[in-house]
Amino acid sequence: MPPFEPVLLANVGQEGSHTLRFYEQTGGYQSLRRVLKEQSPVQFTDIVKNSNLRGRGGAGFPTGLKWTFLPKDHPGPIYFCLNADESEPGTFNNRILMEDDPHQVIEGLILSCYATRATTAYIYLRFEYPLAYQRLQLAINECYEAGHLGKNIHGSEFSLDIYLHRGAAAYICGEETGLIESLEGKRAWPRIKPPFPAVEGLFRKPTVVNNVETAACVKQIADRGVEWFKSIGVPADPNNPRDAGSYGPKLYCLSGHIERPGCYEAPLGITVNQLIDEYGGGMWKGRKPKAAIPGGISMGLLKADEFHCPLDFNGPGKFGCLGLGTAAVVVMDETVSMIDTLHNSCRFFAHESCGQCTPCREGTNWALKMMNRIKAGKGRLKDLDLLLEIGDNIGIMPGTTICGLADGAAWPIKNAIRKWRGEFEEFIKRTNPQGYQEESAVPALELIGIH
Amino acid sequence: MPTENPLPAAPEPVSERLLTPAMVEEIRAFFPRYPNRLAVTLPALHVVNEHLRYVPLQAVVEVAELLELHPSQVQDTLSFYGLFKQDAPGGEVRAWVCRSISCALRGGEELLDHLCEKAQIHPGETTADGKLTLEYAECLGACEYAPCMLANQTLHKSVSKEQADAFLKSL
Ligand SMILES: Cc1cc2nc3c(=O)[nH]c(=O)nc-3n(C[C@H](O)[C@H](O)[C@H](O)COP(=O)(O)O)c2cc1C
Ligand code: SF4
Ligand code: FES
Repeated sequence: MPPFEPVLLANVGQEGSHTLRFYEQTGGYQSLRRVLKEQSPVQFTDIVKNSNLRGRGGAGFPTGLKWTFLPKDHPGPIYFCLNADESEPGTFNNRILMEDDPHQVIEGLILSCYATRATTAYIYLRFEYPLAYQRLQLAINECYEAGHLGKNIHGSEFSLDIYLHRGAAAYICGEETGLIESLEGKRAWPRIKPPFPAVEGLFRKPTVVNNVETAACVKQIADRGVEWFKSIGVPADPNNPRDAGSYGPKLYCLSGHIERPGCYEAPLGITVNQLIDEYGGGMWKGRKPKAAIPGGISMGLLKADEFHCPLDFNGPGKFGCLGLGTAAVVVMDETVSMIDTLHNSCRFFAHESCGQCTPCREGTNWALKMMNRIKAGKGRLKDLDLLLEIGDNIGIMPGTTICGLADGAAWPIKNAIRKWRGEFEEFIKRTNPQGYQEESAVPALELIGIH
Repeated sequence: MPTENPLPAAPEPVSERLLTPAMVEEIRAFFPRYPNRLAVTLPALHVVNEHLRYVPLQAVVEVAELLELHPSQVQDTLSFYGLFKQDAPGGEVRAWVCRSISCALRGGEELLDHLCEKAQIHPGETTADGKLTLEYAECLGACEYAPCMLANQTLHKSVSKEQADAFLKSL
């Protein structure tokens, strides 16, 4: 396969790439000027719609379509939230864009606001990104000075303010309605939908929430056009009228047991194997692979013999995973214990469950307690069925919770135990030879808080 | 937000105020960015936390006063987030060591154990000299640099035991 010429990452890693001067030298903000002059918001929305761009934040919802859900002729204000909370374990592409090419993100954001007629945008940035915070703030200031932001941008009727809003170390603020609640100054408790944010979102006004990489794609589509975007990736399945396809370049985050961990740009649809071999320099220390997370920890697990899985929006689902998620691939070699992996995952979700829904709050915490017990050599075979019962019953898919955090907690449990059951059983029998067949109730080892 | 307050009145603030005029100004600068004061809660808490390295109850009361909220509203929000300490200020350096999956695969948990052992504290604690607070973190979004640690504003990348020791020495 010929190496793919990076577009989203074209400026990344270059000296001074975060400054306005650098960005404008590479043609930055030309599209903004042109779109403001030549296209109406509806026309630009149509361009994004026709590109079939799908959100890069995890759910893969078609971006242009989401924008059209806003009420027509609303008196305003309409709000735009740029989701820069990026906290899905394994994921760091938003950070790289914001640190090294903040203007690409901001131009995409301004264009997105123009299309949706939003006049105020908030960038909800996770607290743990101090460099991104500095660089974004600098970039925003530069934009006001250059007239890319503020009143009547470049002589048009369009005015926009962008504000940076910092989070405070909670994963759930990345869920779009948790983000909205947090921005409003409250606990980041996700809202029951409907109403969807497009109808009633931030400050009870129509709101669009999009991911940072989505905004960067919008800017590239404005520069290069729909045909370019659709020439990359995997076309829609002609036999499935509901498939929107997987078009465009994607930022894959590669980490774990890999020679060259990093963020790589490739056409949607490359396989895990290609990513490891052609981009990541192969397995760490040449060891054999055992498992991989296909798109952030919430998406579940692939076995090494499933690494031909294409990383497009439909690929991981065909291998029993939840989806493409954030396209963050975490590779594990043969030395890794799936007991440790699942324990790590359960600990994360027990820590991050916001506690609103009983199945999620209790399910994630009991899953962790069981994994603690198994790791401590006190596991029983029955625990595996209990874990699966939790996995099969928490989430918006089984319909028991408000948000998708619980589905993300469930998937690693389901995949790990169903794909590596032998390893779990062997571990339990070996570490608890006296009690592995026990089925009576067990007193909890320790109390674990919600957060 | 409601200026009418059905809840009991806030306790009288003690005479010595924790929020300096400069902090109050910093917080007020956020007012025009949002259509109401409640939304200034997190920005205000960040301002306080940056100056005091914690947000004691007294500061909560003062922030609430400034935002025309009841202290319980501010406390309700604050207590949701992992960031704000309330009992005692954090160390001069607050270091978060990642324990999530990519870092765990490259020795993140061992790194935290090592640091804790050397600094003689448990995760969440501050050294007796007030120089360092060590905490675990979930994914810091820097997984390509596993195992990693964020110390105040500085990201420490692919931290070896030697680098961890050098970090402790530099404090
Ligand atoms: C638990 C949870 C955490 C999420 N975290 C993020 C996140 O950190 N960043 C993000 O862009 N989307 C995140 N999402 C997805 C958002 O809810 C939302 O779908 C997305 O921001 C929409 O943007 P997009 O259409 O551009 O992808 C999360 C979803 C869930 C359920
Ligand atoms: S599913 Fe979990 S994280 Fe989501 S709202 Fe319910 S309790 Fe909170
Ligand atoms: S897992 Fe440690 S930074 Fe992502």
